[in-house]
Amino acid sequence: MRYMCLMKSSESNGETPPAVYEAMAEYDRWGRANGVLVDSQGLLPSSTGAIVSLVDGNIKAVDGPFTEAKELVGGYAVIEVRSREEALELGRRLMQIHKDNWPGFEGSVEIRQIAEF
Amino acid sequence: MSDETTHAAIEAVWRLESTRLIAALVRIVRDVALAEDLAQDAIVAALAQWPTTGIPDNPGAWLMTTAKRRAVDAFRRRARTDQTAAALARELSEAVDQDPAAGIDHVEDDVLRLMFICCHPALTPEAQTTLTLKLVAGLTTREIARAYLAPEATIAQRVSRAKRTLAEAGAAIEEPTGPERGERLETVLGVVYLLFNEGYSATQGDDWMRPALCDEAVRLGRILTALVPDDPEVHGLSALMELQSSRLAARVGTDGEPILLEAQDRGRWDAARIRRGLDALARADALRTAARSDAQAGPYALQAAIAAEHARAASVDDTDWDRIAELYEQLGHRTGSPVAEVNRAVALGRARGPAAGLALLDQLDDVPALRGYHLVPSVRGDLYERDGRGVEAAAEFERAAAMTANERERQLLLRRAEAARRRAAD
Repeated sequence: MRYMCLMKSSESNGETPPAVYEAMAEYDRWGRANGVLVDSQGLLPSSTGAIVSLVDGNIKAVDGPFTEAKELVGGYAVIEVRSREEALELGRRLMQIHKDNWPGFEGSVEIRQIAEF
Repeated sequence: MSDETTHAAIEAVWRLESTRLIAALVRIVRDVALAEDLAQDAIVAALAQWPTTGIPDNPGAWLMTTAKRRAVDAFRRRARTDQTAAALARELSEAVDQDPAAGIDHVEDDVLRLMFICCHPALTPEAQTTLTLKLVAGLTTREIARAYLAPEATIAQRVSRAKRTLAEAGAAIEEPTGPERGERLETVLGVVYLLFNEGYSATQGDDWMRPALCDEAVRLGRILTALVPDDPEVHGLSALMELQSSRLAARVGTDGEPILLEAQDRGRWDAARIRRGLDALARADALRTAARSDAQAGPYALQAAIAAEHARAASVDDTDWDRIAELYEQLGHRTGSPVAEVNRAVALGRARGPAAGLALLDQLDDVPALRGYHLVPSVRGDLYERDGRGVEAAAEFERAAAMTANERERQLLLRRAEAARRRAAD
């Protein structure tokens, strides 16, 4: 079973503390050594991005930062696990890393199974 | 959190932690059976406590500490009669008191050592694969039994017999170094690939394949690339399994019947696995040529290169069959395997017409290793069929059908025989 994990948080959490980077790098290494982490990347701030939308028949592009959004995707991971609970446990650990290393941080991981046919 | 959820969550933790837990415990207690028992004790303790306390922040460290405390107890009990155990008990008890979470370092070394142990030469291939599934992949006896369609008792027996053999061989104490390490690594790769193949084309029974075994083998291959990152064949094997397994969903029909490569819907090939496979193959090639620019590719990298040709091609006709024939030739030289020659006959038949394939196949008639192997008549049938010799093709397919032990494959071959006969009559 493959899951896409979307790491979400408010950009108002501020700069990522170095300890979070370190812990995330260790987590990443562990996941790859364990064979569960297939792919993972962090995303640059939304100021470097854009949103292209279709509304009322009009397609338009708006440059970042996405100031109205409460939570933004800050990174993703594709994991391959044997059960949904494994995916949840991996998500819990991700939040634990933030809890331990980033006082006041608030965010979430959206865990979605990837469709396979 | 309901009890049921917690149990499932604890099972998930076990899946994620058991390999490292058992591997570290083997290093500490130098006894595979004891290490597994201690790990089991720890998970039993977790099942008793976590439903009320919740899962600890660092469940891996919790399990490790609990297992180590049990180890101290076990050694203390033995210490009455055994001086070594007394010393180990003291040492370990101090270590646990100082830093309960320690011992999660050198994990890579520990896991690799555990793989060496599970694939110890004193064990039969069957015992090697079973033990690898149990101790490295973290599958339960029941799951292994299901994967092999064997009674649970048979698997349990196989595991305990294997553990006895390991104890007698002193497998948990030795540390392979130098050329022996290379040989042992080769055995590990062989065991993982055997596991993969057992899943990819089940040799017996009703199933054409058992995807769970393939998935475990692919995962073990990924783990190995992290444990031994500088070995080209480790990446070659991982590439091979990622690429082959990218076709899992496409190679079986709705009724479980096999679908041959040429009839597969290539849109159903798993693009993520293909990408990982091609990446791993590139890594294998880079490592090989970095060591020596004219170094020959190993058997796994060669087979991965063949699989990569299929993965890159949009259709059977679009496939570079000349290149595939060349790769099979290299593989045959490298391994001395006549099966590589049979496959080269297939590729030649595609690249230069059925006659070229049949000419090579004729040369293989007297190879003893191929006698009784269903692949030969099945390939011959295929070449005859495309040469317009339907009656002869049918006879070959029937011969092949009588030779295979896999029921799905037998049915497929009989269907092909029937179709060839029908076309010949038209």
